[in-house]
Amino acid sequence: MSTVLILGAASDMARAIARAYAKAGRAVILAARRHERLASDVADLGLRYGVAACAVEFDVLDVAGHARFLDALGELPDTVISVAGFMGEQAQNERDPEAATLVMRSNYVGPAAILGEAAQRMTARGSGVIIGISSVAGERGRARNYVYGSAKAGFTAFLSGLRNRLHGSGVRVITVLPGYVATRMTEGMATPRLLTAEPAEVADAILAAEAKGRDVIYVRPIWWLVMTVIRAIPERFFKRMRI
Amino acid sequence: MMLAGWGRYPRAECRVVAPHERDELIATLAAQNSLIARGNGRAYGDSALNPDLTLALRHRDRFIAFDDASGVLEAEAGVLLADILESLMPRGWFPPVTPGTKFVTLGGMLAADVHGKNHHKTGAIGDHVESLDLGLGDGSVVRCARDDNPALFAATLGGMGLTGVILSARLKLQPIETAYVREETLRARDLDETMALFEASRDWTYSVAWIDCLARGPALGRALLYRGEHARRDELSADKHGAPFAVPARRARRVPVDFPGCALNRWSVAVFNRIYYRHGRPGTAIVDYDRFFYPLDAILEWNRIYGRRGFVQYQCVLPKDASRAGLTALLGRIARAGAGSFLSVLKLLGPGRGMLSFPMKGYTLALDFRADAASLALLSELDAIVAAHGGRIYLAKDARIAAADFRRGYGTLDEFATVRQAVDPGHKFASLQSLRLGL
Repeated sequence: MSTVLILGAASDMARAIARAYAKAGRAVILAARRHERLASDVADLGLRYGVAACAVEFDVLDVAGHARFLDALGELPDTVISVAGFMGEQAQNERDPEAATLVMRSNYVGPAAILGEAAQRMTARGSGVIIGISSVAGERGRARNYVYGSAKAGFTAFLSGLRNRLHGSGVRVITVLPGYVATRMTEGMATPRLLTAEPAEVADAILAAEAKGRDVIYVRPIWWLVMTVIRAIPERFFKRMRI
Repeated sequence: MMLAGWGRYPRAECRVVAPHERDELIATLAAQNSLIARGNGRAYGDSALNPDLTLALRHRDRFIAFDDASGVLEAEAGVLLADILESLMPRGWFPPVTPGTKFVTLGGMLAADVHGKNHHKTGAIGDHVESLDLGLGDGSVVRCARDDNPALFAATLGGMGLTGVILSARLKLQPIETAYVREETLRARDLDETMALFEASRDWTYSVAWIDCLARGPALGRALLYRGEHARRDELSADKHGAPFAVPARRARRVPVDFPGCALNRWSVAVFNRIYYRHGRPGTAIVDYDRFFYPLDAILEWNRIYGRRGFVQYQCVLPKDASRAGLTALLGRIARAGAGSFLSVLKLLGPGRGMLSFPMKGYTLALDFRADAASLALLSELDAIVAAHGGRIYLAKDARIAAADFRRGYGTLDEFATVRQAVDPGHKFASLQSLRLGL
């Protein structure tokens, strides 16, 4: 039974991804801070799908501890998915450099470091799949969320470079751009229906992308169109817009 | 945000909060003055709307325990019936009772005390609940069961969330040998034949009728009756013997846009009904559980065919002795108005259990109407017919009945009020529906 490691496993999206992989018969390792709170999720996966599941302690910000974390797993997983990330509050990020730095570390520095470390080991083994959940917010900086967006832009570029470097090594890299997702976090917010995916939809798209050998996926294809338009707007117009 | 039930009528601006963990949820209960729990939003009307606070609980959906020997599943209340089917049906377990959609939560099924096509044999979902954990308005949690807080247990099953928030429950599933149902289709030319077929089908586990609500005169009450039994393994064709729980994947279709309001009118519905009636082929077939129990789930967002203004579903039950006269009056009035729907469903229920639970021994009729002034006026007339025959309406479908008409149908309301007074004297748990009905 091949194994998937899910980093930042406490979010709704991560829970949906864990279920999709477990349903496909994969063993699942859930990694998050305060991993003891994931005990009920581990039980849920075992009961629903009869697969091996466990939870381990992991802090994406503790870059110095990443190598030790991977060593402690024993066997290197077949697939590593980083769902880690943290949006923060844009207004606070503008006032408080500490807050902004935390968002950058949570969405770029930490995830890039752990996936880079996993990539080294997978390359040595000659096989593996690395999946990074980035964001459409990283496609172009907008006033509304550019601190978060800039970190995701960095992460997207990192994944792109890593994919380029590892081509031919037996290790694949997939970038996932979910768009709006209906999670507990967005419950009560009126996001456009056409642009909003359910967590299970994101999870199924990731599983399909892994199976089909895709490189970059928008979970809902319409986001490709939206972001192509947004990227094409000349800066001298874009800077005046409030979108 | 703007919220509505499955019928998309009425709509209300509601504050929505989705508590992450049990502790956070319980703290929210203690801190608020007025709130209602919401599962997957499949109640048709205003049962799960509260402008002050609507608690979104569909994300709290973990399995907690499952006993392979007894078939008892313990799960958080946000678990979908679809999830239970996906995981446990291949292991030989099926819900003891299922409504006509699998996109309902466990908590929602208990709060509405849902019934299925087997009500005459096995009762409502509440009859198969071993225990439930209920979060109360003071921030405490009580376990309720038949022998543990029995009055609160009885009031909560069918209580529409008005006694507290169902956090988790233990439900006893039924064993099955296959994912298939042996279905027999019968045609009835009028109401008497339809009712006689229900009587003749008393020993069948499942029975339900699609009724042509626009047929008039001698054809009034004509119907197709479907009855079914879980298929045994030896009833399956040879190619399915090896994998009795494997079901061909159905591609779900989605209604992409709101239909224009005029798409469903008396002519299009009458034509559909006539064709549907003629095409119903009497006979026996082995069909998969999805086709038998959840035909409409194959069309995602089918509620959009009624247009932007939404629709109301009218479901009532009439005492058995008064059913023939009551149904004749109801169907006659509906056919005369020409306001009926594709999906008019008739079913003979067994005895109910009181409090706010809907079922009682007799015939239940359910049909959809576009939410417009003419339909709403017609439904008030139907309320009077139902009341005159000693019947009642189903809260999970209701969006508009007047308080007085509602109250006449439920003789055990005082009993419910007494239990509720003890646990929630300030009526913290309230919905637009409960306020409308003075509950």
